[in-house]
Amino acid sequence: MATDRDTDLLDRLRAGDEQAFGILVSRYHTALLALASGYVPSRAVAEEVVQDAWLGVLRGLGNFEGRSSFRTWLFRILVNRARSAGTLERRSVAVEDMEPVVDQSRFDAGGQWCAPPELWLEQLDDQAMAATMAVRVRLAIGELPARQREVVTLRDVEGLTSEEVCGVLEISAANQRVLLHRGRSKLRQVLETEFGRPG
Amino acid sequence: MIRLRGLRIGRRRDLVCRQVVELVTDYLEGALSPAQQRRFEAHLAGCPHCTEYLAQMRATISLSGMLTPDDLTPQMRAEFIEVYRRWQADDSQRDESD
Repeated sequence: MATDRDTDLLDRLRAGDEQAFGILVSRYHTALLALASGYVPSRAVAEEVVQDAWLGVLRGLGNFEGRSSFRTWLFRILVNRARSAGTLERRSVAVEDMEPVVDQSRFDAGGQWCAPPELWLEQLDDQAMAATMAVRVRLAIGELPARQREVVTLRDVEGLTSEEVCGVLEISAANQRVLLHRGRSKLRQVLETEFGRPG
Repeated sequence: MIRLRGLRIGRRRDLVCRQVVELVTDYLEGALSPAQQRRFEAHLAGCPHCTEYLAQMRATISLSGMLTPDDLTPQMRAEFIEVYRRWQADDSQRDESD
């Protein structure tokens, strides 16, 4: 993530450069939409929330001192707007979603692998295959439960630190790790299944 | 790596694969206690399957980071430009009234 370039773009934006706004909007659109979708019932409403958040950014630009990084500020504005617009209650990690991340039938009674991970890493050396699988991962992120999707999007797609994610989502470090773990584990399983498909 | 099995930590507290897969993210996040981390790494040293599993989790994270943002549809782009122009108009009105 090119945070410095965000700063440059903000300077241009303050100077009235419309194009700089377009670049920033494009850069964060996927992440903002994914985040907003966790709070509101439809894509259309999520798009409105994203627009509303950008209006908040423009209005707050004069007071943004850059002490926090731009993206953390932006994501916080988004989450606040989404919460106001949202009908979905934020939940902490649901107890019922605490089942193991790997199918238990893959372990023997002693807890050792009896159906160990399929081997597919070498196939990712092929650039075209890696690109195909990156697209597959993106789809799978979209299908994760909302809280996992938020954390995986912010951490692994957008590259925020765990501290930033906790600040944006107002969750504890432990909660963040649980959500990240569940999300990432599901994505790994999606890849294993995908590679295991007969070619 | 030293095999911890049979040493002070004892066989009873060795991790099994089923536990290791649940600790992978804590490990990658540096959230394990030093003792837990030693047990985790001791297990990996003797277990190619869990070593593979950890490598696959790292690869999964890399693939997520490879994604480029979705392109905005022309309609959405137009809407954002509209947001910007509306804000500029409000802003200059405010300036004039100052």
